[in-house]
Amino acid sequence: MTTTPPSGGAPARDRWRGVTHAARYISRRIAITLTLLLGVTVMTFLIVQAVPGDAASANLSETALNDPEVVAAYRAKWGLDQPLPVQYWVYLTNVLQGDLGISQQTGRSVLGDLLTYVPATLEIALPSMLLAVVIGTAVGLYAAVHHDRTGDQVVRVGTLVGLSTPSFWLSLVVLYVFFYLLGVSPSGGRLSTWIVPPERVTGMTTVDAALAGRWDVWWDAVQHLALPVLVLTTLTVAVLTRFVRSAMLEVLDADYIRAARAKGLPERTILRRHVLRAGLVPVITVSGLAFASLLSGTVLVEQIFGWPGVGQYAYRAASGLDMPAIMGVSLFVALVYTAVNLGVDLLYGVIDPRIRVS
Amino acid sequence: MSLLEIRDVEVEFRSRSRGTVRAVDGVSLDVERGQVVGLVGESGCGKSSLARAVVGLEPVTTGTVLLDGAPVAPLRWRRRSAHDVRMQMVFQNPYGSLNPRRTIGSQLRDGLRTPAAATDPDGEVRRLLDLVGLDEDAAQRYPHQFSGGQRQRVVIARALAADPDVLVADEPVTALDASSQAQVVNLLVRLVRELGLGMLFISHDLALVHEIADVTAVMYLGRIVESGPTDQVWASPQHPYTRALIDALPRISAQPTLPVGLRGEVPDAARIPTGCRFRPRCPRAMDVCTGEPPVVQIGQQWSACWLHAQETAGTPAGATEGRA
Repeated sequence: MTTTPPSGGAPARDRWRGVTHAARYISRRIAITLTLLLGVTVMTFLIVQAVPGDAASANLSETALNDPEVVAAYRAKWGLDQPLPVQYWVYLTNVLQGDLGISQQTGRSVLGDLLTYVPATLEIALPSMLLAVVIGTAVGLYAAVHHDRTGDQVVRVGTLVGLSTPSFWLSLVVLYVFFYLLGVSPSGGRLSTWIVPPERVTGMTTVDAALAGRWDVWWDAVQHLALPVLVLTTLTVAVLTRFVRSAMLEVLDADYIRAARAKGLPERTILRRHVLRAGLVPVITVSGLAFASLLSGTVLVEQIFGWPGVGQYAYRAASGLDMPAIMGVSLFVALVYTAVNLGVDLLYGVIDPRIRVS
Repeated sequence: MSLLEIRDVEVEFRSRSRGTVRAVDGVSLDVERGQVVGLVGESGCGKSSLARAVVGLEPVTTGTVLLDGAPVAPLRWRRRSAHDVRMQMVFQNPYGSLNPRRTIGSQLRDGLRTPAAATDPDGEVRRLLDLVGLDEDAAQRYPHQFSGGQRQRVVIARALAADPDVLVADEPVTALDASSQAQVVNLLVRLVRELGLGMLFISHDLALVHEIADVTAVMYLGRIVESGPTDQVWASPQHPYTRALIDALPRISAQPTLPVGLRGEVPDAARIPTGCRFRPRCPRAMDVCTGEPPVVQIGQQWSACWLHAQETAGTPAGATEGRA
């Protein structure tokens, strides 16, 4: 009565096949990403053209605008006098050579600008994400295990409040409490004004300060980080907790959990080996999306805390019709989303054998 | 003392819309070592509720479930005692009862309680897989790589990993196709005999129970209406309900007849008919059936019906209530 499982074969061979599969899968995904990025440049280029007004009217003063020579010179300088396809072609060939152009507002290279602003955003996005994942998973699991009891109700109401709170309002409230009332926090920015910034290595103040061994600077940077991270964490935790809770509730009701309990496994073992793993699927999905949105800039929060991140840069680029900067930010955001999605899809495979790249 | 003693078990569910529903209404059953007890009945008769209550998935409202003379605690988050672990279950749906994210081997290993488990867990996993007729490289695979019948073998191996004395199998082959049904059922029965387990086998398939069970109990609307050695229950059914079930089976014979269906449906367990519960559907209902039927012993069979009370004359109604 011996039956063989389908697709026989030694585990080692299976593993090798898995590796080549994964490699082929990733290269296919990268090809798709490149096509996507090309599409993004075309779309952004066209959409910016559709906006009434142009870079000249957005950036030149009234007197300068009244002088046709100045306007013509400005347009010639930025290549705005060329036909649209030519403009696009010039841009594309430059991008392929790693040149994202010069920002019309800052006068610096867009790539250089991104390299300044992205680490700032990364510095608040990373800790927010890590904290949110840890807290969200723990609280979600707690709520699921205590389903319909007081603890669960508190979590449900709490996350609902968290979800319904606008980020700018929460930012103002924490500023009011921690800066104005308690005086324990700085009001904004990345470092106190009297501190000389550490030598730039990664662009993240905390990391650079630590690398330079300047722990007083590090501490000052951490204090500046605290409030924006608090706001971003709160909002992300609320979403994450709800997803984790519902995913775990579903798993807790599965027959294999009953079987595990019936065969006398201790609760901790069941939670670790059976429940947590299933709960990780939504954690990955939601964290991926949340992380991508944190990285592409949280304009309001960055604005209120005076945080020079991608969000602020994008806002200024858009309001100034700063074409190269807008294109640069769009490319960056598209890249972040596709990269995060690829990461999420690969992690799914690690966690769930059923969707291991097929 | 039997290995598994189920005594006067009642299971009630409370719901806001339907009030209190008594799904199991005073059932007693015994399972001995090496014995298969088949529990049959239509959908909604309470057989699954009974199974769930016996293994502790549902709280028992009144009555007791004794394993080797000691009560079985309801299944909660608290770790199960070594005593309670000796009762294991085989679920109906092999697709939901294995964790899709873990290998078969790891799922078998973490419940291992067999004597040799401490010294050689991997060897034990291989032995269990072999016992249920699977190759040993199944241990590295995941549930989705197996067919339904193979998964049910894994589920059986997992139950055996806990070194049980009693298996409660709730419709273990209903989700499988006909050929795997036969294989899995044969496997279960062989294991019961070889390992000296007791098995409570719950099914709506009377023909299947006839094939494998030593004792058959027929359940209707929360009560056992007839029980006894399978051969006798099959050869001379005492209760009209048992007879109706047997007559409803299609049969191959020299003088073929069409199976006779039973009219009506099982009534709502929230509105149980007074007197004999089977009365509204019974082809032999009489006036006296409005009273609670007596439980009568005929040979080794027990039957709860007024017909016998008249034949044997004078058994007071309710005197042997709840024996079934």
